[in-house]
Amino acid sequence: MHNFTYEQPLSIAKAAGSSGKFIAGGTTLVDLMKLGVETPPALVDVTALPLDQVESLPNGGLRIGAMVRNSDLANHPEVLKSYPVLSEALLSGASPQLRNMATTGGNLLQRTRCPYFRDPVSGACNKRNPGSGCAAIEGHHRMMAILGTSEHCIATHPSDMCVAMTALDATIVIEGAKGTRSVPIGDFYKLPGDTPHIENALEAGDLITHVELPPPAGKGQVYLKLRDRASYEFALASAAVVAKVEGGHIRSVRVVMGGVGTRPWRSHEAEALLTGKPATPEHFQHAAEAALRGAKPHPENAFKVELARRCVVRALKMATA
Amino acid sequence: MADDRKLRDDQHSLQLEPALEAESLAEKAARAMLSRRSFLSGLGAASLVAGAAPMAMAEPATAPAAVQEAPAAIAAVVVNGKRYDLAGLEPRVTLLDLLRERLYLTGTKKGCDHGQCGACTVHVNGRRVNSCLTLAVMTAGKEVTTIEGIGQPDNLHPMQAAFIEHDGYQCGYCTSGQIMSAVALMKEPVGPTDEDVKQGMAGNICRCGAYPNIIAAVQQVRGHAVNA
Repeated sequence: MHNFTYEQPLSIAKAAGSSGKFIAGGTTLVDLMKLGVETPPALVDVTALPLDQVESLPNGGLRIGAMVRNSDLANHPEVLKSYPVLSEALLSGASPQLRNMATTGGNLLQRTRCPYFRDPVSGACNKRNPGSGCAAIEGHHRMMAILGTSEHCIATHPSDMCVAMTALDATIVIEGAKGTRSVPIGDFYKLPGDTPHIENALEAGDLITHVELPPPAGKGQVYLKLRDRASYEFALASAAVVAKVEGGHIRSVRVVMGGVGTRPWRSHEAEALLTGKPATPEHFQHAAEAALRGAKPHPENAFKVELARRCVVRALKMATA
Repeated sequence: MADDRKLRDDQHSLQLEPALEAESLAEKAARAMLSRRSFLSGLGAASLVAGAAPMAMAEPATAPAAVQEAPAAIAAVVVNGKRYDLAGLEPRVTLLDLLRERLYLTGTKKGCDHGQCGACTVHVNGRRVNSCLTLAVMTAGKEVTTIEGIGQPDNLHPMQAAFIEHDGYQCGYCTSGQIMSAVALMKEPVGPTDEDVKQGMAGNICRCGAYPNIIAAVQQVRGHAVNA
Protein backbone atom coordinates (compact mmCIF):
# COMPACT_ATOMS: atom_id res chain seq x y z
CA MET A 1 0.00 0.00 0.00
CA HIS A 2 1.21 3.53 -0.75
CA ASN A 3 1.77 5.75 2.25
CA PHE A 4 -0.49 8.57 3.36
CA THR A 5 -1.01 10.96 6.23
CA TYR A 6 -3.56 10.18 8.90
CA GLU A 7 -5.58 12.28 11.24
CA GLN A 8 -8.54 11.66 13.51
CA PRO A 9 -10.68 14.75 14.11
CA LEU A 10 -12.99 14.62 17.09
CA SER A 11 -15.64 17.09 15.93
CA ILE A 12 -17.86 17.25 12.84
CA ALA A 13 -16.81 20.86 12.31
CA LYS A 14 -13.15 19.82 12.12
CA ALA A 15 -13.85 16.89 9.78
CA ALA A 16 -16.29 18.46 7.30
CA GLY A 17 -14.55 20.40 4.56
CA SER A 18 -11.37 18.39 4.89
CA SER A 19 -9.37 17.88 1.72
CA GLY A 20 -8.43 14.36 2.83
CA LYS A 21 -10.36 11.20 2.11
CA PHE A 22 -12.71 10.08 4.86
CA ILE A 23 -12.23 6.58 6.24
CA ALA A 24 -14.70 4.82 8.53
CA GLY A 25 -14.95 1.02 8.51
CA GLY A 26 -12.35 0.84 5.75
CA THR A 27 -13.84 -2.32 4.28
CA THR A 28 -14.03 -0.81 0.79
CA LEU A 29 -11.34 1.84 0.97
CA VAL A 30 -8.47 -0.20 2.45
CA ASP A 31 -9.27 -3.00 0.01
CA LEU A 32 -9.10 -0.59 -2.96
CA MET A 33 -5.92 1.03 -1.60
CA LYS A 34 -4.24 -2.37 -1.49
CA LEU A 35 -5.31 -2.92 -5.11
CA GLY A 36 -3.88 0.46 -6.13
CA VAL A 37 -7.32 1.67 -7.24
CA GLU A 38 -7.45 4.31 -4.53
CA THR A 39 -4.30 6.28 -3.68
CA PRO A 40 -5.38 9.03 -1.32
CA PRO A 41 -2.49 11.17 0.00
CA ALA A 42 -4.37 11.89 3.23
CA LEU A 43 -6.89 9.89 5.25
CA VAL A 44 -9.27 11.49 7.73
CA ASP A 45 -10.58 8.95 10.24
CA VAL A 46 -14.19 9.86 11.05
CA THR A 47 -14.88 6.99 13.46
CA ALA A 48 -14.35 9.15 16.55
CA LEU A 49 -17.08 11.61 15.53
CA PRO A 50 -20.22 11.60 17.71
CA LEU A 51 -22.31 9.93 14.99
CA ASP A 52 -22.82 6.44 16.37
CA GLN A 53 -26.38 6.74 17.67
CA VAL A 54 -29.78 5.64 16.38
CA GLU A 55 -32.48 8.03 17.58
CA SER A 56 -36.25 8.18 17.17
CA LEU A 57 -37.53 11.38 15.57
CA PRO A 58 -40.57 13.35 16.84
CA ASN A 59 -42.44 12.53 13.60
CA GLY A 60 -42.07 8.81 14.26
CA GLY A 61 -39.10 8.40 11.95
CA LEU A 62 -35.56 7.32 12.71
CA ARG A 63 -32.26 9.19 12.61
CA ILE A 64 -29.24 6.98 12.05
CA GLY A 65 -25.73 8.28 12.68
CA ALA A 66 -23.30 7.79 9.81
CA MET A 67 -20.92 5.84 12.07
CA VAL A 68 -23.49 3.27 13.21
CA ARG A 69 -22.06 -0.11 12.26
CA ASN A 70 -24.05 -2.33 9.90
CA SER A 71 -24.40 -5.09 12.51
CA ASP A 72 -25.66 -2.65 15.16
CA LEU A 73 -28.18 -1.13 12.77
CA ALA A 74 -29.42 -4.54 11.60
CA ASN A 75 -30.03 -5.63 15.20
CA HIS A 76 -31.39 -2.36 16.55
CA PRO A 77 -34.81 -2.98 18.20
CA GLU A 78 -36.52 -0.13 16.36
CA VAL A 79 -35.15 -1.28 13.00
CA LEU A 80 -36.21 -4.87 13.66
CA LYS A 81 -39.68 -3.69 14.67
CA SER A 82 -40.51 -0.94 12.18
CA TYR A 83 -38.00 -1.28 9.33
CA PRO A 84 -37.41 -5.03 8.95
CA VAL A 85 -36.57 -4.63 5.25
CA LEU A 86 -33.47 -2.68 6.30
CA SER A 87 -32.41 -5.32 8.80
CA GLU A 88 -32.90 -8.10 6.23
CA ALA A 89 -30.90 -6.21 3.61
CA LEU A 90 -28.02 -5.50 5.99
CA LEU A 91 -27.84 -9.09 7.23
CA SER A 92 -27.85 -10.41 3.67
CA GLY A 93 -24.68 -8.49 2.87
CA ALA A 94 -21.01 -9.27 3.47
CA SER A 95 -19.89 -11.31 6.50
CA PRO A 96 -20.35 -10.85 10.26
CA GLN A 97 -16.81 -9.46 10.53
CA LEU A 98 -17.34 -6.93 7.74
CA ARG A 99 -20.73 -5.92 9.14
CA ASN A 100 -19.02 -5.20 12.47
CA MET A 101 -16.69 -2.82 10.64
CA ALA A 102 -18.80 -1.26 7.88
CA THR A 103 -20.76 1.89 8.72
CA THR A 104 -24.03 3.39 7.53
CA GLY A 105 -22.28 6.33 5.87
CA GLY A 106 -19.60 4.12 4.37
CA ASN A 107 -22.10 1.66 2.92
CA LEU A 108 -23.81 4.54 1.10
CA LEU A 109 -20.48 5.10 -0.65
CA GLN A 110 -19.60 1.46 -1.31
CA ARG A 111 -17.85 1.11 -4.68
CA THR A 112 -18.76 -1.26 -7.47
CA ARG A 113 -17.37 -4.79 -7.62
CA CYS A 114 -16.77 -4.56 -11.39
CA PRO A 115 -13.54 -6.55 -11.87
CA TYR A 116 -12.18 -4.03 -14.36
CA PHE A 117 -12.71 -1.18 -11.90
CA ARG A 118 -10.87 -3.20 -9.25
CA ASP A 119 -7.90 -4.02 -11.47
CA PRO A 120 -5.71 -1.07 -12.46
CA VAL A 121 -3.43 -3.30 -14.57
CA SER A 122 -5.67 -4.94 -17.13
CA GLY A 123 -8.60 -3.33 -18.83
CA ALA A 124 -10.02 0.11 -19.28
CA CYS A 125 -12.44 1.67 -16.82
CA ASN A 126 -14.09 5.06 -17.20
CA LYS A 127 -14.98 5.07 -13.52
CA ARG A 128 -11.40 4.53 -12.36
CA ASN A 129 -9.67 6.33 -15.21
CA PRO A 130 -12.09 8.67 -17.02
CA GLY A 131 -11.82 8.50 -20.80
CA SER A 132 -10.06 5.13 -20.88
CA GLY A 133 -13.11 3.17 -22.00
CA CYS A 134 -15.13 0.31 -20.54
CA ALA A 135 -13.60 -3.15 -20.74
CA ALA A 136 -16.70 -4.77 -19.24
CA ILE A 137 -19.02 -4.09 -22.18
CA GLU A 138 -16.99 -6.38 -24.45
CA GLY A 139 -15.49 -8.40 -21.60
CA HIS A 140 -16.78 -10.43 -18.67
CA HIS A 141 -20.02 -8.82 -17.61
CA ARG A 142 -22.13 -11.54 -16.06
CA MET A 143 -22.47 -9.58 -12.79
CA MET A 144 -22.98 -6.21 -14.48
CA ALA A 145 -26.00 -3.94 -14.58
CA ILE A 146 -28.89 -4.11 -17.04
CA LEU A 147 -30.63 -0.90 -15.95
CA GLY A 148 -29.27 2.64 -15.98
CA THR A 149 -26.21 1.71 -18.00
CA SER A 150 -24.52 3.82 -20.65
CA GLU A 151 -22.02 3.15 -23.41
CA HIS A 152 -19.38 4.32 -20.93
CA CYS A 153 -20.17 2.15 -17.90
CA ILE A 154 -22.27 -0.87 -16.96
CA ALA A 155 -21.00 -1.28 -13.38
CA THR A 156 -23.53 -2.53 -10.84
CA HIS A 157 -24.20 -0.69 -7.60
CA PRO A 158 -23.25 -3.38 -5.04
CA SER A 159 -25.04 -2.38 -1.85
CA ASP A 160 -27.97 -4.22 -0.29
CA MET A 161 -28.50 -1.60 2.41
CA CYS A 162 -29.01 1.19 -0.11
CA VAL A 163 -31.74 -0.78 -1.90
CA ALA A 164 -33.69 -1.04 1.35
CA MET A 165 -32.92 2.59 2.24
CA THR A 166 -34.38 3.63 -1.14
CA ALA A 167 -37.51 1.56 -0.53
CA LEU A 168 -37.82 3.34 2.84
CA ASP A 169 -37.45 6.75 1.18
CA ALA A 170 -34.38 7.69 3.24
CA THR A 171 -32.89 11.15 3.32
CA ILE A 172 -29.14 11.67 3.53
CA VAL A 173 -27.95 14.50 5.78
CA ILE A 174 -24.70 16.10 4.68
CA GLU A 175 -22.37 18.57 6.36
CA GLY A 176 -20.51 20.60 3.77
CA ALA A 177 -18.88 23.89 2.96
CA LYS A 178 -22.28 25.56 2.66
CA GLY A 179 -23.60 24.11 5.93
CA THR A 180 -26.04 21.28 6.49
CA ARG A 181 -28.25 19.97 3.70
CA SER A 182 -30.52 16.98 3.11
CA VAL A 183 -30.65 14.98 -0.10
CA PRO A 184 -33.37 12.39 -0.76
CA ILE A 185 -31.70 9.07 -1.56
CA GLY A 186 -33.50 9.06 -4.91
CA ASP A 187 -31.48 12.14 -5.90
CA PHE A 188 -28.22 11.04 -4.27
CA TYR A 189 -26.94 8.51 -6.81
CA LYS A 190 -26.03 9.64 -10.32
CA LEU A 191 -26.50 7.64 -13.49
CA PRO A 192 -23.15 6.91 -15.15
CA GLY A 193 -23.95 8.70 -18.44
CA ASP A 194 -20.68 9.98 -19.83
CA THR A 195 -19.28 10.72 -16.35
CA PRO A 196 -19.26 7.35 -14.55
CA HIS A 197 -16.59 8.61 -12.15
CA ILE A 198 -19.19 10.96 -10.63
CA GLU A 199 -21.28 8.58 -8.55
CA ASN A 200 -23.29 10.76 -6.19
CA ALA A 201 -24.30 14.24 -5.12
CA LEU A 202 -21.39 14.75 -2.72
CA GLU A 203 -19.08 17.68 -3.32
CA ALA A 204 -15.50 18.06 -2.15
CA GLY A 205 -15.27 18.01 1.64
CA ASP A 206 -18.88 16.87 2.11
CA LEU A 207 -19.39 14.59 5.09
CA ILE A 208 -22.44 12.34 5.46
CA THR A 209 -23.53 12.73 9.09
CA HIS A 210 -26.91 10.96 9.26
CA VAL A 211 -29.53 9.03 7.38
CA GLU A 212 -33.13 9.85 8.25
CA LEU A 213 -36.01 7.48 7.69
CA PRO A 214 -39.61 8.66 7.57
CA PRO A 215 -42.18 6.76 9.63
CA PRO A 216 -42.58 3.30 8.07
CA ALA A 217 -44.89 3.48 5.04
CA GLY A 218 -46.19 -0.03 5.44
CA LYS A 219 -45.94 -3.20 7.46
CA GLY A 220 -45.43 -5.37 4.39
CA GLN A 221 -41.66 -5.27 4.04
CA VAL A 222 -39.39 -7.74 2.30
CA TYR A 223 -35.82 -7.86 1.06
CA LEU A 224 -35.31 -10.79 -1.28
CA LYS A 225 -31.79 -11.42 -2.53
CA LEU A 226 -30.84 -13.94 -5.22
CA ARG A 227 -27.20 -14.88 -5.64
CA ASP A 228 -24.76 -17.57 -6.69
CA ARG A 229 -24.35 -18.94 -3.16
CA ALA A 230 -26.49 -18.68 -0.06
CA SER A 231 -24.32 -16.28 1.91
CA TYR A 232 -21.41 -13.85 1.68
CA GLU A 233 -22.07 -13.00 -1.96
CA PHE A 234 -23.27 -10.01 -3.93
CA ALA A 235 -26.75 -10.01 -5.47
CA LEU A 236 -27.43 -11.15 -9.01
CA ALA A 237 -30.83 -9.61 -8.45
CA SER A 238 -32.61 -8.40 -5.36
CA ALA A 239 -35.84 -6.62 -4.54
CA ALA A 240 -36.91 -4.46 -1.62
CA VAL A 241 -40.66 -3.99 -1.31
CA VAL A 242 -42.47 -1.82 1.24
CA ALA A 243 -46.23 -2.17 0.86
CA LYS A 244 -49.39 -1.12 2.64
CA VAL A 245 -52.32 -3.42 1.91
CA GLU A 246 -55.92 -2.74 3.02
CA GLY A 247 -58.85 -4.98 2.20
CA GLY A 248 -56.81 -6.91 -0.33
CA HIS A 249 -55.87 -3.72 -2.21
CA ILE A 250 -52.45 -2.12 -2.37
CA ARG A 251 -52.76 1.35 -0.86
CA SER A 252 -49.11 2.26 -1.34
CA VAL A 253 -46.00 0.43 -2.44
CA ARG A 254 -42.34 1.03 -3.18
CA VAL A 255 -40.42 -1.36 -5.40
CA VAL A 256 -36.64 -1.12 -5.59
CA MET A 257 -34.22 -3.52 -7.24
CA GLY A 258 -30.60 -4.28 -6.41
CA GLY A 259 -27.90 -6.14 -8.31
CA VAL A 260 -29.28 -5.04 -11.68
CA GLY A 261 -28.85 -1.27 -11.74
CA THR A 262 -26.02 1.22 -11.89
CA ARG A 263 -27.66 2.64 -8.78
CA PRO A 264 -30.33 1.29 -6.42
CA TRP A 265 -33.16 0.95 -8.95
CA ARG A 266 -36.57 2.19 -7.91
CA SER A 267 -39.35 1.38 -10.36
CA HIS A 268 -41.94 4.14 -10.36
CA GLU A 269 -43.58 2.30 -13.28
CA ALA A 270 -44.20 -0.80 -11.22
CA GLU A 271 -45.43 1.25 -8.27
CA ALA A 272 -47.93 3.16 -10.46
CA LEU A 273 -49.33 -0.10 -11.87
CA LEU A 274 -49.77 -1.57 -8.38
CA THR A 275 -51.18 1.35 -6.41
CA GLY A 276 -54.90 0.95 -5.78
CA LYS A 277 -54.98 -2.49 -7.41
CA PRO A 278 -55.81 -5.84 -5.83
CA ALA A 279 -52.76 -7.67 -4.50
CA THR A 280 -52.94 -10.47 -7.04
CA PRO A 281 -50.28 -12.43 -8.97
CA GLU A 282 -51.58 -10.96 -12.22
CA HIS A 283 -50.83 -7.41 -11.09
CA PHE A 284 -47.47 -8.47 -9.68
CA GLN A 285 -46.55 -9.87 -13.10
CA HIS A 286 -47.54 -6.70 -14.92
CA ALA A 287 -45.61 -4.57 -12.45
CA ALA A 288 -42.48 -6.71 -12.66
CA GLU A 289 -42.57 -6.64 -16.46
CA ALA A 290 -42.81 -2.85 -16.34
CA ALA A 291 -39.89 -2.70 -13.91
CA LEU A 292 -37.64 -4.51 -16.38
CA ARG A 293 -38.97 -2.96 -19.59
CA GLY A 294 -36.00 -0.65 -20.04
CA ALA A 295 -33.40 -3.36 -19.40
CA LYS A 296 -30.39 -3.45 -21.72
CA PRO A 297 -28.70 -6.79 -21.16
CA HIS A 298 -25.41 -7.96 -22.60
CA PRO A 299 -24.79 -11.58 -23.69
CA GLU A 300 -23.52 -12.87 -20.34
CA ASN A 301 -26.06 -11.11 -18.13
CA ALA A 302 -29.22 -11.51 -20.22
CA PHE A 303 -30.44 -14.01 -17.60
CA LYS A 304 -30.77 -11.15 -15.13
CA VAL A 305 -33.85 -9.78 -16.88
CA GLU A 306 -35.92 -12.87 -16.12
CA LEU A 307 -34.26 -13.41 -12.74
CA ALA A 308 -35.03 -9.86 -11.60
CA ARG A 309 -38.58 -10.06 -12.95
CA ARG A 310 -39.28 -13.20 -10.93
CA CYS A 311 -37.51 -11.70 -7.92
CA VAL A 312 -39.87 -8.71 -7.97
CA VAL A 313 -42.95 -10.94 -8.35
CA ARG A 314 -41.91 -13.10 -5.43
CA ALA A 315 -41.01 -10.15 -3.21
CA LEU A 316 -44.39 -8.55 -3.93
CA LYS A 317 -46.13 -11.79 -3.08
CA MET A 318 -44.22 -12.06 0.22
CA ALA A 319 -44.70 -8.41 1.18
CA THR A 320 -48.45 -8.45 0.57
CA ALA A 321 -49.20 -11.87 2.03
CA MET B 1 -2.03 -1.60 32.47
CA ALA B 2 1.25 -1.78 34.31
CA ASP B 3 2.92 -3.49 31.41
CA ASP B 4 3.36 -0.47 29.12
CA ARG B 5 5.80 -1.03 26.33
CA LYS B 6 6.97 0.67 23.21
CA LEU B 7 7.58 -1.10 19.93
CA ARG B 8 11.25 -1.89 19.80
CA ASP B 9 13.36 -0.31 17.09
CA ASP B 10 13.49 -3.54 15.14
CA GLN B 11 9.75 -3.76 15.36
CA HIS B 12 9.50 -0.41 13.61
CA SER B 13 12.00 -1.07 10.85
CA LEU B 14 11.19 -4.67 10.13
CA GLN B 15 10.21 -5.25 6.53
CA LEU B 16 6.51 -5.84 6.30
CA GLU B 17 5.94 -7.94 3.25
CA PRO B 18 9.26 -8.23 1.47
CA ALA B 19 7.82 -9.81 -1.65
CA LEU B 20 5.30 -7.07 -2.19
CA GLU B 21 6.84 -4.05 -0.60
CA ALA B 22 10.34 -4.41 -1.99
CA GLU B 23 9.09 -3.49 -5.45
CA SER B 24 10.86 -0.49 -6.85
CA LEU B 25 8.88 2.69 -7.14
CA ALA B 26 8.98 2.40 -10.92
CA GLU B 27 7.62 -1.13 -10.87
CA LYS B 28 4.92 -0.12 -8.48
CA ALA B 29 4.00 2.88 -10.59
CA ALA B 30 3.84 0.75 -13.72
CA ARG B 31 1.74 -1.84 -11.95
CA ALA B 32 -0.75 0.79 -10.89
CA MET B 33 -0.77 2.36 -14.37
CA LEU B 34 -0.29 5.75 -12.83
CA SER B 35 1.74 8.62 -14.15
CA ARG B 36 4.85 9.47 -12.19
CA ARG B 37 3.25 12.74 -11.23
CA SER B 38 0.07 11.21 -9.88
CA PHE B 39 2.04 8.45 -8.21
CA LEU B 40 4.32 10.84 -6.38
CA SER B 41 1.41 13.03 -5.40
CA GLY B 42 -0.13 9.95 -3.87
CA LEU B 43 2.72 9.66 -1.41
CA GLY B 44 2.83 11.42 1.89
CA ALA B 45 5.57 14.01 2.11
CA ALA B 46 7.27 11.93 4.75
CA SER B 47 7.79 9.08 2.29
CA LEU B 48 9.49 11.35 -0.20
CA VAL B 49 12.19 12.10 2.35
CA ALA B 50 13.23 8.49 2.00
CA GLY B 51 13.76 9.03 -1.72
CA ALA B 52 13.69 6.01 -3.96
CA ALA B 53 14.56 3.52 -1.25
CA PRO B 54 12.32 0.48 -1.15
CA MET B 55 9.13 1.47 0.52
CA ALA B 56 9.52 -1.04 3.28
CA MET B 57 12.62 0.65 4.62
CA ALA B 58 10.47 2.62 6.94
CA GLU B 59 12.59 4.49 9.41
CA PRO B 60 11.00 6.05 12.45
CA ALA B 61 11.47 9.36 10.60
CA THR B 62 8.48 8.44 8.45
CA ALA B 63 6.17 8.97 11.38
CA PRO B 64 2.59 9.84 10.53
CA ALA B 65 2.63 13.52 9.73
CA ALA B 66 -0.73 14.53 11.02
CA VAL B 67 -1.89 12.64 14.07
CA GLN B 68 -3.82 15.51 15.52
CA GLU B 69 -6.07 16.06 18.46
CA ALA B 70 -5.83 12.50 19.74
CA PRO B 71 -4.25 12.89 23.16
CA ALA B 72 -0.97 11.04 23.54
CA ALA B 73 -2.57 8.82 26.14
CA ILE B 74 -4.68 7.00 23.54
CA ALA B 75 -1.99 6.59 20.86
CA ALA B 76 -1.59 3.07 22.19
CA VAL B 77 -3.33 -0.19 21.55
CA VAL B 78 -3.86 -2.96 24.08
CA VAL B 79 -3.16 -6.37 22.58
CA ASN B 80 -4.00 -9.37 24.75
CA GLY B 81 -3.74 -7.16 27.83
CA LYS B 82 -0.41 -5.58 26.92
CA ARG B 83 -0.17 -1.96 25.88
CA TYR B 84 1.79 -0.93 22.79
CA ASP B 85 2.65 2.64 21.84
CA LEU B 86 1.62 3.28 18.22
CA ALA B 87 3.45 6.59 17.87
CA GLY B 88 5.80 6.42 14.92
CA LEU B 89 3.92 3.63 13.20
CA GLU B 90 3.23 4.27 9.53
CA PRO B 91 -0.52 4.66 9.05
CA ARG B 92 -0.50 2.19 6.15
CA VAL B 93 0.37 -0.70 8.48
CA THR B 94 -2.66 -2.92 8.91
CA LEU B 95 -3.56 -4.42 12.25
CA LEU B 96 -2.75 -7.83 10.76
CA ASP B 97 0.79 -6.76 9.83
CA LEU B 98 1.28 -5.09 13.21
CA LEU B 99 0.33 -8.32 14.95
CA ARG B 100 2.35 -10.67 12.79
CA GLU B 101 5.38 -8.68 11.71
CA ARG B 102 5.97 -6.40 14.68
CA LEU B 103 4.48 -8.08 17.73
CA TYR B 104 5.32 -11.58 16.42
CA LEU B 105 1.82 -12.81 17.23
CA THR B 106 1.76 -15.14 14.25
CA GLY B 107 -1.27 -17.14 15.32
CA THR B 108 -3.38 -14.70 13.29
CA LYS B 109 -3.05 -15.70 9.64
CA LYS B 110 -2.90 -13.75 6.40
CA GLY B 111 -5.05 -15.45 3.79
CA CYS B 112 -6.53 -13.26 1.05
CA ASP B 113 -5.52 -9.93 2.68
CA HIS B 114 -8.75 -8.43 1.25
CA GLY B 115 -11.44 -9.27 3.80
CA GLN B 116 -12.76 -12.27 1.90
CA CYS B 117 -11.45 -15.33 3.77
CA GLY B 118 -11.60 -14.57 7.51
CA ALA B 119 -8.22 -16.12 8.38
CA CYS B 120 -7.16 -12.81 9.96
CA THR B 121 -10.19 -12.54 12.28
CA VAL B 122 -9.42 -10.94 15.66
CA HIS B 123 -11.53 -9.12 18.24
CA VAL B 124 -11.44 -5.35 18.60
CA ASN B 125 -13.24 -4.26 21.76
CA GLY B 126 -14.77 -7.71 21.88
CA ARG B 127 -16.15 -7.73 18.33
CA ARG B 128 -14.80 -9.81 15.49
CA VAL B 129 -13.26 -7.93 12.57
CA ASN B 130 -10.96 -8.60 9.63
CA SER B 131 -7.56 -7.37 10.81
CA CYS B 132 -6.33 -7.20 7.19
CA LEU B 133 -8.73 -4.33 6.44
CA THR B 134 -8.13 -2.55 9.74
CA LEU B 135 -5.46 0.14 9.87
CA ALA B 136 -3.43 -0.33 13.05
CA VAL B 137 -3.49 3.40 13.84
CA MET B 138 -7.28 3.20 13.95
CA THR B 139 -7.11 0.76 16.87
CA ALA B 140 -5.50 3.35 19.14
CA GLY B 141 -7.31 3.35 22.48
CA LYS B 142 -8.91 -0.02 21.76
CA GLU B 143 -8.43 -3.56 23.01
CA VAL B 144 -7.40 -6.24 20.55
CA THR B 145 -7.64 -9.93 21.32
CA THR B 146 -5.92 -12.56 19.18
CA ILE B 147 -5.89 -16.33 19.31
CA GLU B 148 -2.87 -16.08 21.65
CA GLY B 149 -5.04 -14.06 24.04
CA ILE B 150 -7.88 -16.54 24.53
CA GLY B 151 -5.99 -19.68 25.50
CA GLN B 152 -2.66 -21.43 25.80
CA PRO B 153 -1.67 -25.04 25.04
CA ASP B 154 -1.98 -25.98 28.71
CA ASN B 155 -5.08 -23.87 29.27
CA LEU B 156 -7.28 -24.02 26.18
CA HIS B 157 -10.35 -21.90 25.62
CA PRO B 158 -13.41 -24.19 25.47
CA MET B 159 -13.77 -23.37 21.77
CA GLN B 160 -10.18 -24.44 21.09
CA ALA B 161 -10.77 -27.68 22.98
CA ALA B 162 -13.97 -28.31 21.01
CA PHE B 163 -12.21 -27.78 17.67
CA ILE B 164 -9.65 -30.41 18.70
CA GLU B 165 -12.32 -32.80 19.94
CA HIS B 166 -14.37 -32.51 16.74
CA ASP B 167 -11.47 -32.34 14.30
CA GLY B 168 -12.55 -28.89 13.14
CA TYR B 169 -9.63 -28.51 10.74
CA GLN B 170 -7.25 -30.28 8.42
CA CYS B 171 -4.40 -27.99 7.38
CA GLY B 172 -5.15 -25.57 10.22
CA TYR B 173 -4.49 -22.35 8.35
CA CYS B 174 -8.00 -20.95 8.78
CA THR B 175 -8.39 -22.34 12.30
CA SER B 176 -7.38 -19.38 14.44
CA GLY B 177 -9.72 -17.18 12.42
CA GLN B 178 -12.49 -19.76 12.72
CA ILE B 179 -12.03 -19.98 16.48
CA MET B 180 -11.91 -16.20 16.99
CA SER B 181 -15.04 -15.90 14.88
CA ALA B 182 -16.79 -18.67 16.81
CA VAL B 183 -15.89 -17.16 20.20
CA ALA B 184 -17.35 -13.80 19.11
CA LEU B 185 -20.45 -15.51 17.71
CA MET B 186 -21.31 -16.71 21.23
CA LYS B 187 -22.20 -13.12 22.19
CA GLU B 188 -24.10 -12.28 19.00
CA PRO B 189 -27.82 -12.69 18.22
CA VAL B 190 -27.40 -15.96 16.33
CA GLY B 191 -30.25 -18.49 16.28
CA PRO B 192 -29.95 -22.00 17.70
CA THR B 193 -29.82 -24.17 14.56
CA ASP B 194 -26.90 -25.49 12.55
CA GLU B 195 -28.14 -23.32 9.68
CA ASP B 196 -27.84 -20.26 11.93
CA VAL B 197 -24.27 -21.21 12.79
CA LYS B 198 -23.45 -21.68 9.11
CA GLN B 199 -24.70 -18.16 8.42
CA GLY B 200 -22.88 -16.82 11.47
CA MET B 201 -19.61 -18.41 10.34
CA ALA B 202 -20.01 -17.41 6.67
CA GLY B 203 -17.12 -14.97 6.90
CA ASN B 204 -14.60 -17.76 7.51
CA ILE B 205 -13.61 -19.91 4.56
CA CYS B 206 -12.12 -23.39 5.05
CA ARG B 207 -10.67 -24.76 1.84
CA CYS B 208 -10.16 -28.18 3.40
CA GLY B 209 -13.92 -28.31 3.88
CA ALA B 210 -14.01 -29.07 7.61
CA TYR B 211 -17.32 -27.24 7.93
CA PRO B 212 -19.43 -30.05 9.46
CA ASN B 213 -16.84 -30.55 12.20
CA ILE B 214 -16.51 -26.81 12.78
CA ILE B 215 -20.28 -26.53 13.21
CA ALA B 216 -20.23 -29.49 15.60
CA ALA B 217 -17.53 -27.81 17.69
CA VAL B 218 -19.33 -24.48 17.80
CA GLN B 219 -22.66 -26.10 18.67
CA GLN B 220 -21.09 -28.13 21.45
CA VAL B 221 -19.73 -25.01 23.10
CA ARG B 222 -23.06 -23.24 22.64
CA GLY B 223 -24.80 -26.19 24.26
CA HIS B 224 -27.00 -26.96 21.28
CA ALA B 225 -27.48 -30.44 19.91
CA VAL B 226 -25.98 -31.00 16.49
CA ASN B 227 -28.76 -31.85 14.08
CA ALA B 228 -26.56 -32.49 11.10
